[in-house]
Amino acid sequence: MTETKSHDANQMTGAAMIVRALIDHGVEHLFGYPGGSVLPIYDEIFQQDQLQHILVRHEQGAGHAAEGYARSTGKPGVVLVTSGPGATNMVTPLADALMDSIPLVCITGQVPTHLIGNDAFQECDTVGITRPCTKHNWLVRDIKDLARVLHEAFYVATSGRPGPVVVDVPKDVQFAVGTYHPPRRTDVHISYTPQVKGDPVAIRKAVSMLAGAKRPVIYSGGGVVNSGDEACRLLRELVEVTDFPITSTLMGLGAYPASGKNWLGMLGMHGTYEANMTMHDCDVMLCIGARFDDRITGRTDAFSPNSKKIHIDIDPSSINKNIRVDVPIIGDVANVLGDILTVFKAEAKKPDIKPWWQQVATWRARNSLAYKKNSELIMPQYAIQRLYEATRGRDTYITTEVGQHQMWAAQFYGFEQPHRWMTSGGLGTMGYGLPAALGVQVAHRDSLVIDIAGDASVQMTMQEMATAVQYELPIKIFILNNQYMGMVRQWQQLLHGNRLSHSYTEAMPDFVKLAEAYGGVGMQVIKPGDLDGAIAEMIKVKKPVLFDCRVASLENCFPMIPSGKAHNEMLLPSEATDEATAAAFAGGKALV
Amino acid sequence: MTQPASAYFIEERHDPNETHTLSVLVQNEPGVLARVIGLFSGRGYNIESLTVSETEAQKHVSRITIVTTGTPMVIQQIKNQLDRMVPVYRVVDQTLTGRSIERELAMVKLRGVGDARVESLRLAEAFRARVIDASTESFVFEITGGPTKINQFIELMRPLGLVEVVRTGVAAITRGPEGM
Repeated sequence: MTETKSHDANQMTGAAMIVRALIDHGVEHLFGYPGGSVLPIYDEIFQQDQLQHILVRHEQGAGHAAEGYARSTGKPGVVLVTSGPGATNMVTPLADALMDSIPLVCITGQVPTHLIGNDAFQECDTVGITRPCTKHNWLVRDIKDLARVLHEAFYVATSGRPGPVVVDVPKDVQFAVGTYHPPRRTDVHISYTPQVKGDPVAIRKAVSMLAGAKRPVIYSGGGVVNSGDEACRLLRELVEVTDFPITSTLMGLGAYPASGKNWLGMLGMHGTYEANMTMHDCDVMLCIGARFDDRITGRTDAFSPNSKKIHIDIDPSSINKNIRVDVPIIGDVANVLGDILTVFKAEAKKPDIKPWWQQVATWRARNSLAYKKNSELIMPQYAIQRLYEATRGRDTYITTEVGQHQMWAAQFYGFEQPHRWMTSGGLGTMGYGLPAALGVQVAHRDSLVIDIAGDASVQMTMQEMATAVQYELPIKIFILNNQYMGMVRQWQQLLHGNRLSHSYTEAMPDFVKLAEAYGGVGMQVIKPGDLDGAIAEMIKVKKPVLFDCRVASLENCFPMIPSGKAHNEMLLPSEATDEATAAAFAGGKALV
Repeated sequence: MTQPASAYFIEERHDPNETHTLSVLVQNEPGVLARVIGLFSGRGYNIESLTVSETEAQKHVSRITIVTTGTPMVIQQIKNQLDRMVPVYRVVDQTLTGRSIERELAMVKLRGVGDARVESLRLAEAFRARVIDASTESFVFEITGGPTKINQFIELMRPLGLVEVVRTGVAAITRGPEGM
């Protein structure tokens, strides 16, 4: 090696390359857990101060934290874990991120190349195991490929429909010396070039359908949030220009403000009556960045039977997957909406849909989110409402676990901005919310970050309280504690003859003591009258808080479209008598 | 009792199944075949036959030919799912082009003596199959052609002492001057 070469700043070990590449991609925080196969990388992290590493207590926590980080910033979340169990513990967050289109770059250590396939200590086939739960993955066997693969990884994770990627780096490659090159334009993956711009013919057709609509609806999804702030701005402008009613999926909440006058609330299995009826009876449906998931459509052959459907999606495989659409437009939401607005403003005028709005008003009047007030017990819906009132107008981010509390949060917490709502939609991962809140708080140090949790879910990743304490992340874990796996119990009650098989948590920890054991703050509220004061106190505390909110234990989440029923067969809370419920759910036991 | 439909249990649409031949151009990187096969098994699609080989060594491009069956909606979904995979350049539905040539190679081993042996040779000639190995009591024939022709040949060989068959699966290309 010549004198000049040894001083070449781009000559470095694989481990140094990884740290350098992360910095070059603008990464400020990474979430991880060390182990034998990533020690060289941890050694590099130790010797620099541009990247801050957040040490979690379980790799799954790192993954969900990175998801929360990504979802709240629009930037990719980065995770570093070791081989074997480190990698397998990441499988749940990777699958979660794939379902919800969250950009994650996960770097896993691997045993040295000469040991691969030998059943070495802490070896597993990481690329094999993670292949179906990543957008793409790589095993880097040669230091010469490392810089290119790292740059490709960021490109693939963030372009097109975002998603998680894994770069598996054997330990000898981390030690090997090679030449680094900074990201350059050619580091895009040559076979992966997603279509961003919509087909102008389809756009024109869509505009004429919109302009001719008598009973239109806009159905927007997580793709709008993923596309970015411009997409959300354009969505709001489109609603303004057309005056169409708009509903959204769970993942899309916040793209259009909940206080907007055209807002119908969320749609789907636990969506509002007005949103689902509007979907069912519309004549033109504009689906933007959503994927006709089974939780949205209900019974597919009775889904919005008389409408023409326009579907904007960057992923061609979302088109015609569950529901046949009339005008597919493949492209990025911001790009396509921009074109639709330009054409609409130039060539169309807003249709008269006054009768349609009158119809919507009658549906709204059903007040489908009503619940029975109670002066003795805290109703879970009431708890969310009070939390919302106490935090609206503040700089607040909400995460959730999965279950009844998640649906109540979606129904009763009003989101005004995108990127403020982090929830596990597709995979439905209990234990998502606490670590996700960590990730959000890392990105937004001074904001109020609340995990609306259930007592069962939160125990799945409770260990991350230690992380919150260590990094002084004052996350608020607002537990709607009904002492059941509420959604499981609800389904058992509705579909399985009220045989509550293993859905009651017999040995509930004392959450107050638990919080204190971790070095956080524990609070408990039992009476509705004490709720507001306690919430105010929780917000004031500058430490992680476990807030044990004891709620009515047998409350069910309504309205509800029973599995396998159509949008116009919703069960409203006021009508959910035992007989009506039994009839509505008859025969649905086998469905998910 | 009839079950109501849900997307998890999508009602069998009673559209008839179709057989389609797809050509898939992929970046020849490690694991690419596992990705394609994993897509089919993971999403419950059928593979009737699959062939793969590197076709442009310098560009590291491989070409996969897949014969699959499904309803038109499923076939479209298979194409879209393949197309969005990171190492996939392009997917062409040879069946939809209506101008594709499909060929398969099979090697067919027979054991026998006497009349059956003579008969097999005569049939082989009619099918333009070549003898590529012979012993006093056996032949190995090599035959190329479309799947139907090969199926037919194998059926004819069966009573004449068929021992085993190996087939490459279908390779397909479009007629005319254009490439994929």
